[in-house]
Amino acid sequence: MFTSLSDRLTATFKNLRGKGRLTESDVNATVRDIRLALLDADVALPVVKEFTRGVRERALGAEVSQALNPGQQVVKIVNDELVGILGGETRQLRLAKQPPTVIMLAGLQGSGKTTFAGKLAKLLKDQGHYPLLVAADLQRPNAVTQLEVVAERAEVVCFAPERGNVGGHDAVTESGEGTQSFGDPVWVARAGVGQAKVRGYDVVIVDTAGRLAVDENLMQQARDIRDEIQPDEVLFVIDAMIGQAAVDTALAFQDGVDFTGVVLSKLDGDARGGAALSVASVTGRPIMYASVGEQTKDIEVFHPDRMASRILDM
Amino acid sequence: LLAGGKLDDEAWEDVEDTLLQADLGVEATTEIVDSLKQRVQVAGVPDEDEVRGWLHEELLKQVNPTMDRRIAATRIDGRPAVVLVVGVNGTGKTTTVGKLARVLVAEDKDVVLGAADTFRAAAADQLETWGDRVGVATVRSDREGADPAAVAFDAVKGGAETEADVVLVDTAGRLHNKSNLMDELGKIKRVIEKQSPIDEVLLVLDATTGQNGMRQAEVFSQAVDVTGIVLTKLDGTAKGGIVVAVQRALGVPVKLVGLGEGPDDLAPFDPAAFVDAVLD
Ligand SMILES: Nc1nc2c(ncn2[C@@H]2O[C@H](COP(=O)(O)OP(=O)(O)OP(=O)(O)O)[C@@H](O)[C@H]2O)c(=O)[nH]1
Ligand SMILES: Nc1nc2c(ncn2[C@@H]2O[C@H](COP(=O)(O)OP(=O)(O)OP(=O)(O)O)[C@@H](O)[C@H]2O)c(=O)[nH]1
Ligand SMILES: [K+]
Ligand SMILES: [Mg+2]
Ligand SMILES: [Mg+2]
Repeated sequence: MFTSLSDRLTATFKNLRGKGRLTESDVNATVRDIRLALLDADVALPVVKEFTRGVRERALGAEVSQALNPGQQVVKIVNDELVGILGGETRQLRLAKQPPTVIMLAGLQGSGKTTFAGKLAKLLKDQGHYPLLVAADLQRPNAVTQLEVVAERAEVVCFAPERGNVGGHDAVTESGEGTQSFGDPVWVARAGVGQAKVRGYDVVIVDTAGRLAVDENLMQQARDIRDEIQPDEVLFVIDAMIGQAAVDTALAFQDGVDFTGVVLSKLDGDARGGAALSVASVTGRPIMYASVGEQTKDIEVFHPDRMASRILDM
Repeated sequence: LLAGGKLDDEAWEDVEDTLLQADLGVEATTEIVDSLKQRVQVAGVPDEDEVRGWLHEELLKQVNPTMDRRIAATRIDGRPAVVLVVGVNGTGKTTTVGKLARVLVAEDKDVVLGAADTFRAAAADQLETWGDRVGVATVRSDREGADPAAVAFDAVKGGAETEADVVLVDTAGRLHNKSNLMDELGKIKRVIEKQSPIDEVLLVLDATTGQNGMRQAEVFSQAVDVTGIVLTKLDGTAKGGIVVAVQRALGVPVKLVGLGEGPDDLAPFDPAAFVDAVLD
């Protein structure tokens, strides 16, 4: 394992202090260090390339060559650029002028959607809202039961008119449509929003099945849910441990459901979380929440500056 | 790959990019590219196909096709084989247990499932659904938060009493940096071992995982002596290249791959196919 990027850059520039202009090769060495650090942090390669190009330009500029400590100056530039991409200020959840506010969750299998549904519901409840969870994952075995338990833990109500995949039978043979759903998730989502209107819930959080970026059918299903319920927010939940697949995945979900915000999950782990940079950079969508544990309380507003230090191990 | 009959910097960068984008990581990528460069230097100017062939060879060498990738799943010394399935959250442990049970049932084996995830919402229900689906019994606790080690023990004991061929124990997802949860896993292992040796510990890694997969493998191996890796979600765009470094550093082979959410979406790991997919 290498020492932190900050240490390495400082070492690279140690002998240069006060020497004035940096040579091209000093900058090349620096950019190479930054590239390695970003790749080790799982930042996606195209994003690394674009990012280092930008840093390179600034590193050749006056602000670095005239600095007392060029190493620290470059670190500062890298950090500023990172925070810039990750979103300087965190965006608040957009609430509908006319309740209910509808929030749809989407993401890869196992990314943390269902758990996050409970966390967000609890957070909003604590802020005085009256949220309803809607069980529109009818695919993964016992996803509906899971959301019901999650709702109980968050002390909110769960709308679950379909039991989904619980029968112990095989979707492939029973329905003839692969593993796609025991019932109609589009209908469940619409009914959930209807239920909220009738019963006066002011926020609806719709949990959906996990799906792969390349699964056309399931992506279409997500698009159908979106079109049906016209959500105020579509939150894309992505695992902080994800590697180079982050770009393809984020772009596919942007194309599929045009998400409005990002949730970075499992940040309580020790992954450096380069995915945050990849996703924010290629989609331009803000990261809004960090999911930091398995319990209902483990939700935080996302902090771009903390994430920048984490990615760079500084 | 070849510009005007020779490999230029851009060509080498393409090779490097391919490997990096498959999540091989900087270290493994650099090593492979360096040995390829050496070969090219020794052999003079090769043609493009030859270099491609060499890249394939170098990568395959790293993946080591000679490793034993069989799963211990038949009765041993008059007792059932015991398989423990571990990993971080959401990688596909429970699904893998279900699919593996299906494979073993198809081989006419008597299988018992143990639901030692007593923590995650509806985890035991999820496993039991898989059990019903493939027609095997699930040993579980009805109490949320019950002692997972006790459930694991009961499952293994139950398997012994019914003279099953194999007991598959599913555990809760846990992040490797949480020492209390890793201690709990160690305890599950020790408690099972009061009843029976454990023959196989499968670490389930999600193919989308980046460089953190290495840490996962290291820490889980320290805690419970991992004997095999299951690489899941290979049906997506991710290549799962981190397993190259994992196999090399720990000497633990990838044994199975997950290729979907259905019961038949489990296959033995095929080194050549893996390399093809990385270089595709
Ligand atoms: N440590 C940790 N675990 C988490 C976090 N978020 C979710 N998990 C765990 O990750 C696993 C998967 O979470 P789910 O909420 O079921 O994920 P999902 O996206 O709904 O999964 P599918 O519905 O199968 O696609 C569970 O074990 C959760 O407890 C988090 O922020 N930190
Ligand atoms: N596409 C695809 N999805 C998979 C595969 N394996 C598992 N999944 C899905 O990934 C999600 C998580 O799978 P689980 O088996 O619940 O994962 P787990 O490791 O048991 O999760 P926890 O117990 O919460 O830690 C589910 O939606 C599964 O259907 C696979 O090989 N391919
Ligand atoms: K793949
Ligand atoms: Mg879910
Ligand atoms: Mg599980």
